[in-house]
Amino acid sequence: MKNRIIKKSRLAPQVYDFVIENEQIAAKARPGQFIVARAHEKGERIPLTIADLYKDSFRMVVRGVGKTTYELCMMNENDVLSDVTGPLGNPSEIAYFGNVMLVGGGVGIATLLPIAKELKKHGNKLHVILGGRSKEYVIMLDEFEKIADELIITTDDGSFGIKGVVTDGMDLVMNKSKIEVAWAVGPTIMMKFCSLKAKELGLKIWVSLNPIMVDGTGMCGACRVTVDGQLKFACVDGPEFDGTKVDWDELLVRLSQYRDEEELSLRKFKESVGDLSWL
Amino acid sequence: MKPTLKKTPMPEQEPQHRVKNFFEVALGYSEEQAVTEAKRCLQCPAHPCVSGCPVGIDIPGFIKKIKERDFKESARILKKYNNLPAICGRVCPQEVQCEERCVVGKIPGSEPVAIGRLERFVADWEADNVKERTVDPTVPKGKKVAVVGSGPAGLTAAADLAKMGYSVDVFETLHKPGGVLVYGIPEFRLPKSIVEREVKYVESLSVKIHLNTPVGKSISVDELLKDYDAIFIGVGAGTPKFMKIPGTNLNGVYSANEFLTRVNLMKAYLFPEYDTPVKKGNNIVVVGGGNVAMDAARSALRLGAKSVVVVYRRTEQEMPARREEYLHAVEEGIRFRWLTQPLRYIGDEKGKVIGVECISMELGEPDESGRRRPIPIEDSRFVIEADMVIEAIGTDANRFLLSQFKGLSLNKYGYIVVDSETYATTLRKVFAGGDIVTGAATVIEAMGAGKKAAFWIDRFLSGEYDPWR
Ligand SMILES: Cc1cc2nc3c(=O)[nH]c(=O)nc-3n(C[C@H](O)[C@H](O)[C@H](O)COP(=O)(O)OP(=O)(O)OC[C@H]3O[C@@H](n4cnc5c(N)ncnc54)[C@H](O)[C@@H]3O)c2cc1C
Ligand SMILES: Cc1cc2nc3c(=O)[nH]c(=O)nc-3n(C[C@H](O)[C@H](O)[C@H](O)COP(=O)(O)OP(=O)(O)OC[C@H]3O[C@@H](n4cnc5c(N)ncnc54)[C@H](O)[C@@H]3O)c2cc1C
Ligand code: SF4
Ligand code: SF4
Ligand code: FES
Repeated sequence: MKNRIIKKSRLAPQVYDFVIENEQIAAKARPGQFIVARAHEKGERIPLTIADLYKDSFRMVVRGVGKTTYELCMMNENDVLSDVTGPLGNPSEIAYFGNVMLVGGGVGIATLLPIAKELKKHGNKLHVILGGRSKEYVIMLDEFEKIADELIITTDDGSFGIKGVVTDGMDLVMNKSKIEVAWAVGPTIMMKFCSLKAKELGLKIWVSLNPIMVDGTGMCGACRVTVDGQLKFACVDGPEFDGTKVDWDELLVRLSQYRDEEELSLRKFKESVGDLSWL
Repeated sequence: MKPTLKKTPMPEQEPQHRVKNFFEVALGYSEEQAVTEAKRCLQCPAHPCVSGCPVGIDIPGFIKKIKERDFKESARILKKYNNLPAICGRVCPQEVQCEERCVVGKIPGSEPVAIGRLERFVADWEADNVKERTVDPTVPKGKKVAVVGSGPAGLTAAADLAKMGYSVDVFETLHKPGGVLVYGIPEFRLPKSIVEREVKYVESLSVKIHLNTPVGKSISVDELLKDYDAIFIGVGAGTPKFMKIPGTNLNGVYSANEFLTRVNLMKAYLFPEYDTPVKKGNNIVVVGGGNVAMDAARSALRLGAKSVVVVYRRTEQEMPARREEYLHAVEEGIRFRWLTQPLRYIGDEKGKVIGVECISMELGEPDESGRRRPIPIEDSRFVIEADMVIEAIGTDANRFLLSQFKGLSLNKYGYIVVDSETYATTLRKVFAGGDIVTGAATVIEAMGAGKKAAFWIDRFLSGEYDPWR
């Protein structure tokens, strides 16, 4: 049945891995694209990246940060999402480059995986840096181990890999290899610093932006970002852009636009379902 | 009895009540009121009103049946021409279409027959009183047509083609069908339950509507061309324009499309019962002078704003909004600043908008559109305090599908070029109509285009006429 959750598993606290039945998306999606989902009739439309593709289904990884993502994380196998639209956005521009650096943080690691696989298929050497708050948040490690030519892990608390941030990993990679192009996907603040670092190193870097979206088809302008001084709609012009040209501070401010409403929504949700720390 | 000079008034919610809710403003005629109004129609043999209607409804015909209290037959006549009468009766700019040409309106001091209100009455009466809507059986033609977009153009083309016996698939990228009818036009002018009702009617004709299906992404253009005998494109002109002045990306600055989509499609006025939020400002500035600006301003007021000011660079005379909507807005307490142009949005240290710096304008020589061109007056800058701004300055063609149609000619504004009679595009088998051809226009014009295109698609598929030969 369309949009049924075929499989669900826990990757980290508040981070869940889903396989969703949807033939259309499975047939058409390419690395770098996303979907817009609605859990139920009163639900918000939220964008989520397509993390992998199977015969009649696709994979997505959701991190609970607010009402809608918590709700999704609480859905079970055989539940059905009321709407899934996609694939949306432009696919990543993938070709043979040579040495490629891939930087992933948090749930962005899931966004990075299909890009990495496709780059590998094109014969690139992958220098991968994955970062997280602590060991348990570095997700999908085994999958990256299979395809990475070099794999560096950084954690904020040093519980795994190098104690530090992903930009430290970028320095390490650059010291050893000549990198042609990089991708960085993760929290906005991480992508900002990766881009600053790349600029310093004179490295071309792609980032996958995650502004607030409504329709995902270019119809509302909620997702507008400034890139190279130009007004762009992330959903139809992106979501990937040259990180050195993004106005990061503006994006960070725009992401906080609904903070009060988001808090209210989440508080009411927690009142109705109780403690969520187990998630 | 001599007909009265004025239209039979339609009951409305009082302004002081309606600004606190999203229920419909205009309440509709009772049977008595409708019959009284129908009697004003002279049943002119030449019936000039019909030529003012883009879908050519038999206006004297359906009005005659109201006079005779045969509402069911009246509805049947209407439906022959118009698949969505409850919608048109509510949102058509009648004053520049059918009613503009009505003979009664030409009598000095007299108002035309309230055709739109009567149309609405009949459509609502049918919905309330006729439970089993019968659909005339058709002989299947054995051919398939794809319709891209479920706005009024797409729905009309689909319904007409289905009535002719074609198998029709409609593809819509949003999670609800209706296009601007569901995401743009507010509940208080066009209740969404009415759009749903009219869409159900279209589905009852065996039209299949596939939601959540962005054509060009989840279905490729090549697949459409391969799997269907003809294609109708009705994707609308939904890309919001921005003024692109400094401060456009401050928090609290919206395009009308985003604001209205949150409020209408996502029901943000019921937040937090519904999950999608929208900012509720105290002092709101709306930029623009069209119907969209009126809808945004009136919606903002209903969300609880203390003050809503519409700034428009020309004057009341030039504003494109319908008179009726403008008067409703004034009644509700919305203020207007004519001859005013925003220069930049001012933000606070948190990136939130707090004011709009404007400049006063004066009208100079007429421009290409025949309207006098507004020119800034030097040293006339001033600031309007605002914690929310909504830009309603127009829209452009929808982008993501057209870029993938190789061989489809677009004009310099990005709209699809079609043959003015047949709605055939430059690509074989492909027709187009509605806002994506004309730029932002009206519901009934989009429907008219859908209807005419359906007629020519039928002629093409039955081998009677080939627009590409
Ligand atoms: C192209 C794209 C791909 C994404 N891919 C993933 C993914 O694979 N996995 C994943 O877990 N998350 C992903 N996100 C982020 C995800 O959409 C948001 O976390 C989600 O919308 C938050 O909704 P909420 O109601 O749970 O939280 P809210 O309470 O609404 O918000 C919490 C946080 O999420 C941000 N946010 C709120 N609404 C949106 C929105 N509509 N779009 C984007 N951000 C929003 C807010 O700025 C806030 O920081 C992606 C976002 C984009 C734009
Ligand atoms: C706020 C507002 C108020 C208005 N008020 C009035 C009024 O009072 N009276 C009046 O007559 N007119 C009014 N209009 C104008 C009127 O709504 C439009 O002219 C009319 O809806 C155009 O119809 P359409 O079918 O061409 O396109 P739309 O209604 O825009 O529908 C197009 C549909 O196509 C879908 N679509 C786009 N791309 C794709 C794709 N690739 N794949 C699948 N689906 C796709 C869109 O999601 C959309 O649902 C108003 C417009 C707005 C914005
Ligand atoms: S559809 Fe519009 S123009 Fe035609 S008769 Fe009805 S109100 Fe008039
Ligand atoms: S022109 Fe006016 S009076 Fe004459 S038939 Fe039409 S609606 Fe009736
Ligand atoms: S999300 Fe609406 S335009 Fe991008």
